[in-house]
Amino acid sequence: MQLTLKSVSYVYNSDAVEPRYAVKDVSFTLNKGEFVGLIGHTGSGKSTLVQFLDGLLKPTSGQVLCDGEDIFEKGYPLRELRKKVGLVFQYPEHQLFESDILKDVCFGPKNMGCSQEEQLERAKKAIALVGLDESYYTKSPFDLSGGEKRRVAIAGILAMGPDILVLDEPTAGLDPAGRDEILDQVERLNKEEGIGVVLVSHSMEDVAERTDRILVMSGGVLQYDDTPRNVFRHREELAALGLDIPQVTDICHTLRDKGFDIPEDILTVAEAKEEILKVLKKS
Amino acid sequence: MIRDITLGQYYSVDSVIHKLDPRVKLVFTILYIVSLYVGSGVWCYVYAAAFLGLVIILSKVPVKFMVKGLRSILFLLVLSACFNLFLVDGNVLVKFWIIRITDNGLRTASKMVIRMVFLIMGSSLMTLTTTPNDLTDGLEKGLGFLKVIRVPVHEIGMMMSIALRFIPILIEEVNKIMKAQMARGADFETGGLIKKAKAMVPLLIPLFISAFRRASDLALAMEARCYHGGEGCTKLHPLQYHTRDYVAYVILILYLVSMILLGKLLG
Amino acid sequence: MKIIDILHLIHEYKVYDDDEQEVGSVRALNDVTLSLEEGSFVVVLGHNGCGKSTLAKHLNALLLPTEGMVYVCGNNTQEEDDIWKIRKNAGMIFQNPDNQIVGNVVEEDVAFGPENIGVPTEKMVKRVTEALKKVGMEAYRLNSPNQLSGGQKQRIGIAGMLAMRPKVILMDEPTAMLDPSGRKDVLNIVHELNKKEGMTVVLITHYMEEAVDADRVIVMDGGEIKMDGTPREIFSRVDELKNYRLTVPQVTELAWELKKEGVDLPDGILTKEELVEALCSLH
Repeated sequence: MQLTLKSVSYVYNSDAVEPRYAVKDVSFTLNKGEFVGLIGHTGSGKSTLVQFLDGLLKPTSGQVLCDGEDIFEKGYPLRELRKKVGLVFQYPEHQLFESDILKDVCFGPKNMGCSQEEQLERAKKAIALVGLDESYYTKSPFDLSGGEKRRVAIAGILAMGPDILVLDEPTAGLDPAGRDEILDQVERLNKEEGIGVVLVSHSMEDVAERTDRILVMSGGVLQYDDTPRNVFRHREELAALGLDIPQVTDICHTLRDKGFDIPEDILTVAEAKEEILKVLKKS
Repeated sequence: MIRDITLGQYYSVDSVIHKLDPRVKLVFTILYIVSLYVGSGVWCYVYAAAFLGLVIILSKVPVKFMVKGLRSILFLLVLSACFNLFLVDGNVLVKFWIIRITDNGLRTASKMVIRMVFLIMGSSLMTLTTTPNDLTDGLEKGLGFLKVIRVPVHEIGMMMSIALRFIPILIEEVNKIMKAQMARGADFETGGLIKKAKAMVPLLIPLFISAFRRASDLALAMEARCYHGGEGCTKLHPLQYHTRDYVAYVILILYLVSMILLGKLLG
Repeated sequence: MKIIDILHLIHEYKVYDDDEQEVGSVRALNDVTLSLEEGSFVVVLGHNGCGKSTLAKHLNALLLPTEGMVYVCGNNTQEEDDIWKIRKNAGMIFQNPDNQIVGNVVEEDVAFGPENIGVPTEKMVKRVTEALKKVGMEAYRLNSPNQLSGGQKQRIGIAGMLAMRPKVILMDEPTAMLDPSGRKDVLNIVHELNKKEGMTVVLITHYMEEAVDADRVIVMDGGEIKMDGTPREIFSRVDELKNYRLTVPQVTELAWELKKEGVDLPDGILTKEELVEALCSLH
């Protein structure tokens, strides 16, 4: 499955003399199985963009194409699209409402019109995918810890069998171990299940370590659309947009400035360690 | 955006009426409504209209905002006018099929319409010139005498003010939850009444849970900030009467007395 | 001088079944003894559910000990008559900025605390102005809190606390729901209050970066204090931290990894500058 945004814009006050753009002329294509990071400030247009992908918000101008078809064309089955594109909002645990976890995860498949057996089958598979076992089925979602609740909410989307999973800051408010658990889970879904992922995040370290491609939004405009290595090469330009680069990338940039012979596109602690050791051995 | 909406319909402009103490405006509204009922007859209404017109001019609020308030009750107005018009007995003026209009009916109908229009304009003038906060304060202080008969005036005021603060937040929350459930394939638009009502469950339960969580958080935060009811509290902006407020009271009383006299003279 | 003294504090939450019958209790704090110096900046770390929030609530008498004693500015939290003195002296900031703002106008919210403790009107106006100035929010004095960003709301929360002129600032994950720029703003303000006004700060967080500039770091797990020391001491024990479901900033991790490989670096490197300097001297 392929999802394409074709010069989409979103204007807040379209009647005003000076319209305010939340998103301005953004184009990109999401391909099957990609792991994409979406970064930018609060108010950079990320959240608006994310809602286009699921057809929850209609751009003021431009097109959103799913396998070549315009999703805002009259008669396009938006509910079919929402099966294929799973959108997980910020603090998704706030959408849980059923008395037990299995029922809650069934909500999506039920809305899709699946039979009772298929609902259960999908729900059980999804719960297993987020790393929770059978003992959770009959628990109330409100008795779980924050991290577990969030995983149940993600399972609720996975049960619909999406090709692309869009996650808006899935680690907000969790502790470090909880953050890693969720991200490991998401990475596994991408690597093992082949589900495409769009990860909206404020953490440069997370997107650098895990994604194949990064989209950088600033002031409603798509500033960069490239691999993490290429994006984080632009230390100064990103700083001008008020965005950081991963701490370890920053260290390597600085060491380079001080005469160390190491590449400037280091993304992880492990890589940095190797390169620094190489340099130290030489000297 | 939703967060920008102000509750009530405060129209922000600097005028004498805006500056008046909310208690004065509260009393004004009540007395004005009373005045509409003590005097009847064309001249009384002209007098009431002139007085209201004067206050509107002083308030600097464009008349179209008053009219807006009327539009929402237009249906009610027409309906009750019709009832009076067609059902009140009296000397028949027009007769048409089963419909007949009597002189008494016409009189009561027009009386009622005039009173209602003035009533709505008078009270929307209060909400247009007073911020919801001031209004809450005014109610709390102005109705303070009710404490004697154990009406929890302070608590009611506090609840109103917290409601004002949290309603926009909860409206935004409804929006968010609705979108989240739509992403899970929920359908809030199609189907009959029962299906639609059922579709509300995934919306309402998370909303209530969130509201309760917020309430318990807020209670804790208020306690941490030494909240212990209204006893021994001071105010950042205590309501204080100024000269203009006393003048306003005098004018109000003069207006009411003259209205009663006018009603007596003509009636 | 000790401003907070905790002696053998035990806290147990009662557990109820569906019929509201007491069926047992959970120990959230287990024999905690701790005293904090006046004017110090203390960061409490620990994963969700480790007891750190419970501890914070004891410090301004929102919770009372099951066993043991808590003294704040010399007052015992179990003396009912002193409860308002304690809450006035130890102000608290919570995680969700929305749920601690009471007023419909910024200045009214800031005045809420002083109103409750009966500060006369003339003095109150001065206090509100002062407090807003300290958090850099004077320009928003007459705004509705609903128009502010998360970081700005949290600053209003701090101003509301400052207007009560407390000696201790207690913060329970104040930055968990904020974006990076909001987080920076809040931290800068708190550090400034600590340095310039000599206020004691107790900051509970699970962002490790926020602990780097503290005077003292306390790590909690299972309701007990497990580690207690300067940031440098704590962050040199990376293995132990990982045990408690915590991580370290990338700089510290890189330095630790390099040290394991035999590179001669000092213990507990906390900042990029330190690491770069140490590496350059080896180069």
